[in-house]
Amino acid sequence: MRRFLLAAAGAAFVLAAAPASSRDLTIVSWGGAYQDAQREVYFRPFSQATGIRFVEDSWDGGIGVLRTRIQSGNNTWDLVQVESEELLLGCEEGLFEKLDYSRIGGRDHYLPEAVHDCGIGTILYNFVLAWDKDKFQGTPTWADFWNVERYPGKRGLRRGVKLNLEYALLADGVPANQVYDTLRTEAGVERAFRMLDRLKPHIVWWQSSAQAPQILGAGEVLMTSSPNGRITNANRTERRNFGIQWTGSLYTIDSWVIMKGSPNVESAYRFLSFASNPAVQAKLIPLIPYGGPAKGANEGLSPALLAESPTNPANLSVSLMIDDQFWLDNLDKLSQRFNAWVAR
Amino acid sequence: MAHVAAIETGKAAAALARRARRAGYGQKVSAALLVLPLLLFVLVAFAAPIGAMLKRGVEDREVAPVLPRTIGALSGWSGTALPDEPVFAALVEDLREARAAGTLPSAASRLNHDQAGLRTTLIGSARRLAAPFEGPAREAVLRADPAWGQLETWGALARARGPWTDFFLLAALDLKRDAAGTIRAVAEEQAVFRTVFGRTFWIAAMVTAITLVLAYPLAALIALSRPAVASALLFAVLLPFWTSLLVRTAAWMVLLAREGVANHALVALGLFGAPQQLLFNRFAVVVAMVHILLPFMVLPLYAVMRQIPPIHLRAASSLGAHPVSAFRRVWLPQTLPGIGAGCLMVFIQALGFYITPALLGGGADQMLPYFIGFYANQTVNWGMAASLSLLLLAATLLIVGLYGQLVGFGAVRTS
Amino acid sequence: MSAIRLAWWVVGLAVAVFLVAPLLVIVPLSFSDGSFLHFPLPGIGMRWYRAFFSSDFWLTALWNSLTIGIASTIVATALGTLAAIGLWLAVIPGASAIMAVLLLPLVVPAIITAVALTFAYAPVGLASTHGGLIIAHALLASPFVVVTVGATLSQFDRTLLRAASSCGAGPVTAFRRVMLPVILPGVVAGAVFAFATSLDESVVVLFLAGPSQRTLPRQMFAGLKDTIELTILAAATMLVVLSLVLMLLVRFLSARGEARRP
Repeated sequence: MRRFLLAAAGAAFVLAAAPASSRDLTIVSWGGAYQDAQREVYFRPFSQATGIRFVEDSWDGGIGVLRTRIQSGNNTWDLVQVESEELLLGCEEGLFEKLDYSRIGGRDHYLPEAVHDCGIGTILYNFVLAWDKDKFQGTPTWADFWNVERYPGKRGLRRGVKLNLEYALLADGVPANQVYDTLRTEAGVERAFRMLDRLKPHIVWWQSSAQAPQILGAGEVLMTSSPNGRITNANRTERRNFGIQWTGSLYTIDSWVIMKGSPNVESAYRFLSFASNPAVQAKLIPLIPYGGPAKGANEGLSPALLAESPTNPANLSVSLMIDDQFWLDNLDKLSQRFNAWVAR
Repeated sequence: MAHVAAIETGKAAAALARRARRAGYGQKVSAALLVLPLLLFVLVAFAAPIGAMLKRGVEDREVAPVLPRTIGALSGWSGTALPDEPVFAALVEDLREARAAGTLPSAASRLNHDQAGLRTTLIGSARRLAAPFEGPAREAVLRADPAWGQLETWGALARARGPWTDFFLLAALDLKRDAAGTIRAVAEEQAVFRTVFGRTFWIAAMVTAITLVLAYPLAALIALSRPAVASALLFAVLLPFWTSLLVRTAAWMVLLAREGVANHALVALGLFGAPQQLLFNRFAVVVAMVHILLPFMVLPLYAVMRQIPPIHLRAASSLGAHPVSAFRRVWLPQTLPGIGAGCLMVFIQALGFYITPALLGGGADQMLPYFIGFYANQTVNWGMAASLSLLLLAATLLIVGLYGQLVGFGAVRTS
Repeated sequence: MSAIRLAWWVVGLAVAVFLVAPLLVIVPLSFSDGSFLHFPLPGIGMRWYRAFFSSDFWLTALWNSLTIGIASTIVATALGTLAAIGLWLAVIPGASAIMAVLLLPLVVPAIITAVALTFAYAPVGLASTHGGLIIAHALLASPFVVVTVGATLSQFDRTLLRAASSCGAGPVTAFRRVMLPVILPGVVAGAVFAFATSLDESVVVLFLAGPSQRTLPRQMFAGLKDTIELTILAAATMLVVLSLVLMLLVRFLSARGEARRP
């Protein structure tokens, strides 16, 4: 018995201490329902087709997380899905590998706005205002979102400076096409923070996208900002009755990047190549309505799917594209101010 | 004869003592050898990393190697007017070289911690100044980014000259040196750490006070009731004590959710008209922390109370003392060591809480540890993480040391 | 007097209920057939336990928790027991300073440990490995072993060792045949403490572990941040049961230790 115990303990030790020198391809995305859909459409079929094993992780965004990983030398990520300003900042700072488009179908294979030196677009989507139709009749605007006197209840917002300054100005009556011009002035930033000040006691912050439909469904908030797909997904799979306000939503593209110095660059390219197939990309929309970046991925949608899709011209025309250049220039400064503001 | 015997005895005694000493010495060596592995393990794998991390709080070695000429040229700068042409020329050279070598990001990061936006300035200027230009460097640099026309930009460079700095420690107290070296308060919209320190100590104190009030009657009940009752009550203390902190935090999330058990029960009982928001606020953080730390207060109190002979109370009341005054005069003083030990353990653990506020609190309920994690993981501001750690560790050790001085660690044995 | 007594009993019992209530809530909820977070349960079943045992994420986390727990327990128990014996054997110069260093992992706030170890282990390739996490957990657990074994040794009769050596036993034999059987309950109790420490540890693992080292607490933390699924409560319930077993084990061992004492 004692021998057996010793042997078992020894085996456990050896197994546990085995070095992870040749780690599997690590793919990092936004978690929750979206990553579940990606696993179904991309990760597992890719692994089955190529025999390449993969590990998943999820994150909540933030260029600082990527900077920390590269600078500390403790980077375990290979392929990461990043937001547009993270793509630009990280590319300039050398956090990502430069992409060789000849290995993933050439630049012409994709919509022009999805192509970048360091990353290839993976989804087109909107950050929308969402609410529970069972608890709120009508279609709220950002002005209503800020109007807690008229519509008492908590509000969900993403913990970060991007998105919220835009929403604040929209709620304060700034026309969508002037939002970034206003934010480029000191007075515009002040105005946005003053609006946020007013709402602050009523805000419940979410960090991971999965939290947005969660706090809405649990009734912790009356309305929340959210990526559009999570809301539609909750309606479909949890039979929620959530509404989406496309007007005043913020439209953007997320991209895949390969982290600098990744030991799995080969496998990463094979994944990107697999994922670039428009027929594969088209399978994502029925699971979660995010548009694909390969030409042809968003064609032939049924009217029901089209109505919920960010690529629907009717939805596109009322939404505002996130200004990456503005955030490239101002993210550091405004993040610091926001972080101090939110912690007080 | 007696004399000889005495000498013989003396010799024997000396030999015996020698052997004993040798044995004692040998025992010391083997004792040291037994302790050594763990001691080395803790020193190398724990103490050294902690020391190295704390050192980052006073160290500043990121800018000078990347911009050596600029830092050198700035050495005699007064900080009251823009530097001269040679400094600008040195900057241009440094930026070109650093950009080619790819070393700019770490220096840009460091300067950005001093003044948000400087990362963009540095990296953007390097890009714009990469191509050769005509005329004085000063004009070209100012054209590349107007921020170089501000005193504070150069102040940030001068402050980051290294190798040692008080920048991060000052920042942890919402203070900063200006370009001329005078210490001033940071802009109001950036000030946050004094609030955070105050909040951390306030939450820890509140949690300590509440646990004391709750633990005292329970500990007394356990100490004074029949063995069967006592062991049942003790079980109620020990089970949560052994249960994972994360499990208990999860339990409170479920209990306090809008559609959770507490709200449902309160509405069903008619206490609330509609479910209330009980999560993501200070209330949730304090309740969960009290729950998690309560056993650390009950156990030392119980350990002390168990030692007090019940006869003392009875004696006091039979002598005519009012029960309240008997408690105050006889019982309470004897439990003081337990109160001290319990408060110490609860308070210093509360100071270090990370998981519970992160999951149950809102933005304004985060304590010092959250900010240490934030600066270490989500911005690359390791100096800030280190200086905040330094202050937290100093506070913890100070309280432990003070307690050791005033009360002594032998006052109570908890088992 | 009796009013005071009654109030005292009510308050004391209420606090005891407060202590166990959260645990008594999550255990039944984990056996729910539905997905609500409140009572009454729509039905009783093993739905969430099936979900746990059919999820790659949870099973990997369970496996990681157990292997890292066992390995770090072995390291902490071996080193901690030797050190406790050393400290008991003779008064070494600087013993109290040594003791302070050995207890350091207990005093330093977890977040500082987490950040410092991550910074230090990354350059030597130990961050985001099982080995690094085992070392970290062994460090955090070792003070419990030192203290527990030390407490048992304070009851140990020194003359027994001298008797053994005068009977011609070498130090190793004396340790195995004479000392170990007596202090074994303390050593095992220390090991149980060490294992429980590793099993519960939730801050260092957040910083030091990579995606391949997710343990149960880390997986629970990630889950709680997103959606509160009842699978988390199934995992929590299993951890409660495990804690209960470990706790009873220590109580049993310490009772045996007491019984041995003259």
